[in-house]
Amino acid sequence: MAALVATDNVDTEWIKTWAPLIVGSAGLTIVVCMASIAMAIVLAILGALGRLSANPFINGLASLYVSFVRGTPLLVQIYFIYFALPALGIILPALPAGIFALGFNYGAYLTEIFRAGIQAVPAGQREAAEALGMRESLVMRRIVLPQATRIVTPAIGNEFIAMIKDSALVSIIGVREVLWNAETAGRPRGNTLEAFIIAALIYWVLTITFSVFQERLERRMARSDRQ
Amino acid sequence: MSGVSPIVRVQGLHKYFGSLHVLRGVDFEVEKGEAVMLVGRSGSGKTTLLRSINFLTEPTLGSVEVDGLRVDADPLGSRNREHREQIRQIRLRAGMLFQEFNLFPHMTVLENLIEAPIRVRGLARDEAIALADRYLDKVGLKDKRDEHPARLSGGQKQRTAIARALCMEPKVLMFDEPTSALDPELIGEVLNVMEDLAHEGTTMIVVTHEMHFAREAADRVVFMEEGEIVEQGPPEKVLNSPQDPRTQQFLRRFLAAGAA
Repeated sequence: MAALVATDNVDTEWIKTWAPLIVGSAGLTIVVCMASIAMAIVLAILGALGRLSANPFINGLASLYVSFVRGTPLLVQIYFIYFALPALGIILPALPAGIFALGFNYGAYLTEIFRAGIQAVPAGQREAAEALGMRESLVMRRIVLPQATRIVTPAIGNEFIAMIKDSALVSIIGVREVLWNAETAGRPRGNTLEAFIIAALIYWVLTITFSVFQERLERRMARSDRQ
Repeated sequence: MSGVSPIVRVQGLHKYFGSLHVLRGVDFEVEKGEAVMLVGRSGSGKTTLLRSINFLTEPTLGSVEVDGLRVDADPLGSRNREHREQIRQIRLRAGMLFQEFNLFPHMTVLENLIEAPIRVRGLARDEAIALADRYLDKVGLKDKRDEHPARLSGGQKQRTAIARALCMEPKVLMFDEPTSALDPELIGEVLNVMEDLAHEGTTMIVVTHEMHFAREAADRVVFMEEGEIVEQGPPEKVLNSPQDPRTQQFLRRFLAAGAA
């Protein structure tokens, strides 16, 4: 980096002017990711319960969701939600559309993760709860899901880190996050090198930061498991 | 009349696992205050019988009655909401202890004990805690109240599970090989608690391989073989002078193995 700056290829004046704006937009990237992962987790719990349901309709619906989302590009899903849904009368502004697209997409991947997590809770846990007279919904809510959540927490962390990177895709529908700002500030002035290096660095720092955070969380959970 | 009818009445119970005929028409009753030990070799159907009583295993044919509430087997697998509620009511009357304890690892000992009393029986939190404290004291684990199960020994886990079941104040306690997963030196503390319960008049059904315990604590020993009850009676009779050749053979092998 220092070498680049030294070669005079880099417009330091441009950086001084525009870098704060691009860095500042990291906040929106994080907001988008937080909102999307929250939505994804809700969809994933519903999806996982659906995938494990004995009801063929619910099961089919959940399977269709996972299959469709995993079988189509995220970019197409973003385009569809932002550009195609208005044709059906559903008009979403860019930010909600972007969050919805990411949440919908990651919800499908997390569905499979949650399903595996629920199945990883030992059968004896469910039996013990049933033997205490708990109804099915209570067994799920109080006994199975809390344990499944612990099991899948590391995987949710991985998905969140992947999402930070995928969130750059919503720039194409005009969500003013990191990449949108980098492109808007850099391209018209011919400062693409500076702009995209800064954008890349921001994503890198974000993913590293959350990786460290996630490692700590995992270590803490491992400790409380040992107790 | 309720004083006369048994707490548990199993009639004509059959269970198939695929083509495997595990229970072959079992009739079985347990009176109030009775401690009944189910013995027999592995695969004889003892555990299946026990698990059928609270429908953790669905019997194929026959009926189960616990404290006056009767539920028939469901050979066609068409349980509706009403059946499921009846089964739940049976489970409230018949507490169950497992070989693997099955404490909830994400809850403390106290939380394990008060969860179902609050959310299933509808007790107020302080009532449930008072109840939990009483039974924790009874199994000698008052000082472990705020620990998580991972910090308990196997014997302490099973005693916690017993306290958890007692907090539901069931009509009968059912134990499925409660000491089989324990290190030998931890078996005694669990059996002592169970023996106290038996002597206090707790109605219990215990699947066990602990013949010494059966001799001490049982009012009646039931010997099963190949899905049928072969012989039953007071422990001194069944264990000391069994009449049926299959019981005799089982006990001979057991004694030969030095397990009794």
